[in-house]
This record gives sequence, C-alpha cells and structure tokens, in this order.
Amino acid sequence: MDNALPKSLQDNPELGRWVSFDEPGIVGIRSGKVELGQGILTALAQIAADELLLDPGLVALVPCDTDRSPDEGITAGSQSVEVSGASIRIAMAQARAALIDVAAARLGADHAGLSCRDGGILLDGAPTGLDFWFLAPEVDWRQHVSGDVPVQPVGAYRAVGESHPRIDMAPKRGGGGFIHDLSLPGLLHARVVRQPFRLARLANVDDAWLQRRHPGIMVLRKNDFLALVGPDEYGVHAAHAEADKFTAWEEAPGRWRPAETAGETVIRPGTVPSSPGAAGIDVRYSRAHVAHASIGPSCALAWLDAGRLTVWSHSQGIFPLRAQIAGCLGLELSAVRVIHAHGSGCYGHNGADDAALDAAIVALELPGQPVRVLWSREDELSRGPLGAAMSAGVVAEIDAAGRVASWRLSVVSEPHAQRPGFGGHVNLSSAEALDSARLPGKVEDLPAAAGGGAARNAVAIYDFPGQQVTVRLDTRSRIRTSSLRSLGAHLNVFAIESAMDELADLAGADPLDFRLRHLSDERCRAVLEGAAEMSGWPGSHRAGEGRALGIAAARYKNKGAWLAAVAEVSVDEEIRLERLWLCADVGLVVNPQGARSQIEGGAIQAASWTLKEEVKVEGDRVPAFDWSAYPILTFSEIPEIETRFIVDPARAPLGAGEAAQGPVAAAIGNAASRALGLTLRDLPLTRERLVEVLMGA
Amino acid sequence: MSSSISFQLNGSMVRVDEAGDEPLLFVLRNRLDLKAAHFGCGLEQCGACVVSIDGQARYSCTLPVSALAGADVTTPEGLGGDPVGMALLEAFEAEQAGQCGYCISGILMRVHALLKAQCRPSREAVVAALDKHLCRCGAHGSILRAVERAAARLGGGA
Repeated sequence: MDNALPKSLQDNPELGRWVSFDEPGIVGIRSGKVELGQGILTALAQIAADELLLDPGLVALVPCDTDRSPDEGITAGSQSVEVSGASIRIAMAQARAALIDVAAARLGADHAGLSCRDGGILLDGAPTGLDFWFLAPEVDWRQHVSGDVPVQPVGAYRAVGESHPRIDMAPKRGGGGFIHDLSLPGLLHARVVRQPFRLARLANVDDAWLQRRHPGIMVLRKNDFLALVGPDEYGVHAAHAEADKFTAWEEAPGRWRPAETAGETVIRPGTVPSSPGAAGIDVRYSRAHVAHASIGPSCALAWLDAGRLTVWSHSQGIFPLRAQIAGCLGLELSAVRVIHAHGSGCYGHNGADDAALDAAIVALELPGQPVRVLWSREDELSRGPLGAAMSAGVVAEIDAAGRVASWRLSVVSEPHAQRPGFGGHVNLSSAEALDSARLPGKVEDLPAAAGGGAARNAVAIYDFPGQQVTVRLDTRSRIRTSSLRSLGAHLNVFAIESAMDELADLAGADPLDFRLRHLSDERCRAVLEGAAEMSGWPGSHRAGEGRALGIAAARYKNKGAWLAAVAEVSVDEEIRLERLWLCADVGLVVNPQGARSQIEGGAIQAASWTLKEEVKVEGDRVPAFDWSAYPILTFSEIPEIETRFIVDPARAPLGAGEAAQGPVAAAIGNAASRALGLTLRDLPLTRERLVEVLMGA
Repeated sequence: MSSSISFQLNGSMVRVDEAGDEPLLFVLRNRLDLKAAHFGCGLEQCGACVVSIDGQARYSCTLPVSALAGADVTTPEGLGGDPVGMALLEAFEAEQAGQCGYCISGILMRVHALLKAQCRPSREAVVAALDKHLCRCGAHGSILRAVERAAARLGGGA
C-alpha cells in the first residue's frame, strides 16, 4: 500500500467529522458508508474499538447524515471495509493520541506512562479519574487527520477477528429498525403511480372515478408524475392498487433518444496468434435482465420544514442523492438534508433513490407536512433499475500441448453504472416524469480504477499469451439498467470459466488441472486447490449421467478477494443445486461470522440468478410483475454450503460481499453442463432454457 | 361504516374502531404502533407480514381486521411472552440468523406456530413451513440453524 491517506480521509480531513464523545460512555463513530444489511456498521465498530482500546459495546455508529457525516460517496463495490475501515482506523489512532495529549498536559505526566482502556485514562496502569468524555472538550477536533499516528499492530487487535454480534439486528427483528417503521407527527402517506414504460405520457386521470371510489384521496400531478396522498395509508394503498382504472398512459413519440456511448473499448489489446491452434471455440454466453428484488419495497420520508427539505432514505449514496434532489427541484444544496435510515437488503442501485425523489417532490408541494412514500411490490420488482442484460463472446484456441494459445473476449452490455449524478445526469425515475428531457446524454462504463462495470472481471486471471479483451456498451434499449451486485463480473466470470471447461474438454484435461496449468496467481491457486480438496474433486460422477461437480474461480475486480467454488448439481426435469463448497481469501477477516454470511449469502443469491432469474421484458418495456412471475431460490432449493477462509491476518482486509457471484454461477453452469453432457451458455438455466438446449442438441 | 371489534393482542385486549376491510397489517403498524410485522408484497407471496392468529401463522397483509373479533393475535413484539418465543429469539441471536432482517419477523412467527404445534419438527417440516417465506439475502442457512437450535432446546435434546 502507498503512503497516501485513503480517499475518504483526503475528502474529509477534519478529525471531528469522524468521531464524537457527546454522550457519556459512548463513542459516536461517523462513517459515510451505510448499512445495507451487510453488517458493515458492526465491522466498523470493531475496527474503531481496537484503535481506541475500547470494548466494541461502547461504540455507536451515528446514522449517516449529509449535515454531519463524512462524505464517502457510495456504499458499493465491496469497498467499505477497505476504505472506510482504513479511514476510521487511522482517524481513531489520532483521536486516541489527541486525548492522551490533553491528559498528559492536565496531569503534568509524561506520555510514556499514559495509556487508556475502555475510555479511562491510566497512568502507570492505574486509573487517573480522567476519561475520554471528560477530556474531549479540550481536544481541537478541527485538526486534520494526518496519518502520522501509528495504528495498532495486527497482533494487538482484540475485537477485529472476532464474530461480534450485529449491533443493528435487535430492533430489526423486534420492530422499529427500518426506514419503513419511521413515523413523524401528522405523517401523510403517498403512493406514486409510476409510468408503465419509460417516458410514457400521462394522457388522462379520471379524478371523478377516483373520488367516487376512494373519497378524500388527494391527487398530485406534475406533468407525468402522479402521486396519491392521504393520512390513511390503507386508503392510499387501495387507491394505488386500482391505478390502471383511473389513469391512461400513451406513447410519446420522439421522447426517447439513446445516450451516446463510446464504441468498442479495448481493455486489453492483446496479439493475434501467428499460427492456427490445434483446436478452438467461438462461442457466446449471455444473461437476461435481473431484478434487485429486495423483500422490503423502497421507502422514503420527506419534510419541508422552515424552508429546508429533510429526506430520509435507504440510498447507498446520500451525498450524491442530495445533490440530484436539489438540482432536480431547483433548491440550493444547503436547503436539502438527507439522512440515511436502514432499508431492506440492498444489493445495488435499486429503487431507494427514486423513492427519495418521489417523497421530496410530494413534500415540496405540502410545506410543513411530513410525507412517506412506499413502493408497491410490482413497482419494486419492475420499476427500479434492473441488472443489465449482457453477453460475452469467447474466441480461443489451444495448442498441441493443451495450453491456451489465443484468447479473445468481447463483451456487449447494457450500462451497469447509471447512479444518481453519474455522468452529470440525474438518473432518478421521477425526474424523467417531471421533465422527459432529463435523459442521460452520454453513458460510460465505470472506470477501471473503480473495477469497471461491463468490463468488471472481463480480463481472465490466467496467463494467456496475448489476451484480448473488448467491451461495448449498448444503450439502445429504454430499459433502465444500473449497478447490481458484482456488475459485469457475474456474466464475465461465467463466460471465462465456462470457456475454460470447454477448452479443457478439447484438451482432454481435467478442468482443475487445466486451470492450474495457466495460473501463476498463488492466492488463486490456493483457493482453487482448497475448494477442490473440500469437495473431493473431481468426484465420482461421469459426464452425462445427471449428476456432476463443476469448478470455477476468480479474483473479484481482478484486485479484490479471491474465491473458488465447487458446485454439485443434479439434473432431471430441472437443474438442482445440491451442494456448494466455497474457498475464499479476503485477507484479514474483520468479523468471521459476518464474512461467512456475506460470502454464503452472495453465493445463494448468485445461484438464484443463475438458475431461476429473468425479467421477462417485452421489447424495450418491462411489464409490471410480482413474485409469482419472478421466482427466487426458496428454502427447499438451498444447497448445503461449506465455506473455508484462507486467513492471513497480516494481509489487508478485502470486501467479501461480491466475490462469490461469478465463480458460483460458473461452477453451477459447469456442473450442469457436465451432468447433461451438453454445454449451457445462456442464463438463467431454467427448465425452459434446458428444453431449448436439448431440442437443439 | 363498520363497527368496532375487539381481540386479544400479545396478551391484552385491544379495540379497533371502524375496522372495515383494512388489513390487520396496516392496523398493527399505523394504529397500534406495532412495526415488527412488515409489508413486503401485500399479495401473500413473501411472508414478511406473517403473524400468529389463534396459533396459526397467517398473512396479515390481506386479512381484514374485521374478521378478527375475539381472536388471539400474537405479533413478533409478543414473542418474548412465552417459552417458545423466548427460545426462538435467543436462538436467532445466537446464530446471528438473517442478514438484512426484513424477512425475519415473519419467519419467527411461522416457526413459532410450528414449534407450538410440534416441539421437534423434522427438517423437512421446517423447510416446508419456511418455503412460504422469501429471503433475498441468502441467509437461509443461518435461519435453519437457529430453528434447529431452538427446537433442540425446547425438545430437551442436544
């Protein structure tokens, strides 16, 4: 690691932005990263506790708030432990030193004799009667974090490395833990009647019908934005459920214009082999649109009080959201405050930000009255941004010795990165309803420094000579796509690791041996060998007999965590995932139970995408649908999972939440192909896809 | 409009006026300030809203409160009031079951009804009961471990 401070500290240098001692006995830590159900607050509390030499029970994470918290951008890309954790560690080391400094001055004591434990100041090991909370007012919290105070050595960690229980779960089980549970005096409930397809024009609202059927519902219309508002939530909910009976929408020709985008982008120029190989493949892999499908629909509250708009949101990025809400509604940035409140599980850019703008629009029309917006189930599944549909072609050859002689991977993908503010665009659904011209003018993939979007993991980890990789964004469709857990890595790793199995077959090699012969990355070799050992690779099943193991590995973003997966599947009328063995290297594990939960949860979600999930689009429209049309993996379909971590505490911690997505997909695909004696290249691997492949075989 | 009705809620009688066709979930959350049962779909598809009515796990998102006159309703807030509920809460904490937590309260109520009916259900029976619940975070493994832990404790087993 270089000596530069983490970006979060460069952007938010003031020490007092990160910590406060306002409440006696409690250390308030402020992170700009937010809880998405991934347990990040607990991990950050553990890190802070170790630097302040405290019990983690004394640490409270202050809700992320644009008025008070450090701006750390977006909680995404498995960066929270790496970036926010590192920032908190450095800042807390300095906070501890600053508190010791004022204690030394007060006691007239030498620094060498001073230490602290659980907030109490000790002199030569004995209590001094001074503590952090007494001393805090004497510290200049405007001082900048320098990075000059040494952090604790790894060997001194007490909380880090332990499975500390989640600090946010009790109210989530027992009531009151979610944004959905917030209430304010005089709260009004609102439901937004969303455009049934992008840029649809609201042709008619039959207000008379609505008032006859649902008396007292307030209708708020601004261009193509339509909200139903009232004090009684069920009344508003019931009226919204019948929206198609009192609204008419129409196509507005000329509104849609595809965003500009770069043509084919060369990620790796590679070289064209001078002589033809012994054998090769020229194939294409694909995945359909995937829905975020949070169990709790998007929700937001907003309140225009004394000229200032406060918005509560479960957004992944409250600072960029604030900027877009302000810009979209013509407000000064300082006139908008966004406070994070916990939502249901979040796996990327879902409807959370859209709901926040919805609530803000309504609140602006009703000064002084707090407003709560909740999305319907159908809207949550179908009207938020979707995970991009994409394909990846592989043209590769092996030589006579059974080694890859050439490799070209070409990705074609819808955009994976259309978050609020990206590319200078609003990227909020109701912004387009207010003004149909608010479309992105230009869309780019995420830069390589951010791990790429469509390009994420498009470069294979293997030592291929002259590896060629290109990516092309396809912006023609009106379907709104953006970041969903692992972005392009899900399909790219599926493509690379499926192609590796196809090439291994051509080479007459075992898939594990074939991978290892092209692999110099030691940590990738270790996870592959670990997963193979755990699973008894290659197993005793023979190809085409209806049951088989499949193996795959990747390093997330080519710079994050390593993970290898072995899947055991059985196939009769459909593909069933029986078992999964996962071997991961995430460097230092901050919270073993949390890391396991992230890896295994990611694996199950990846299995669900891979086996079952496809948004059935009609051209460039997404019909509204509910769970009956979008099944996800259920309890009876969950495989047995065994997970092993290769742990080296001396190595920097790496995010765990997305590492499993690609390898699990590919391991399942490889196992299914082997069990069937066929090659499956298009996701999801549903029964209907299976029939298509069998008919074509 | 409809008249008022009374029912037992977490051990106490409550009265709801103008009950009408408003589903129990909305009444719990907005009139009685009990927020642990969640709105997930309003379609009896996901299970986030499940509560216990006369010992049966029921979807509260569609059930009109007017049908509950005289019923015995337990919500997740009332789980601490009996040994099965206590054992479940402790087991879910011990196993750190769930990830985001949104589905957990409904799952707790489903398993509560199951364990009240049979103290050592088979794994198949647990899975069959939980198949009526969706979890998007992939926390199924920890949830099943927690249910097994609670059942073992209640059944006097390991």
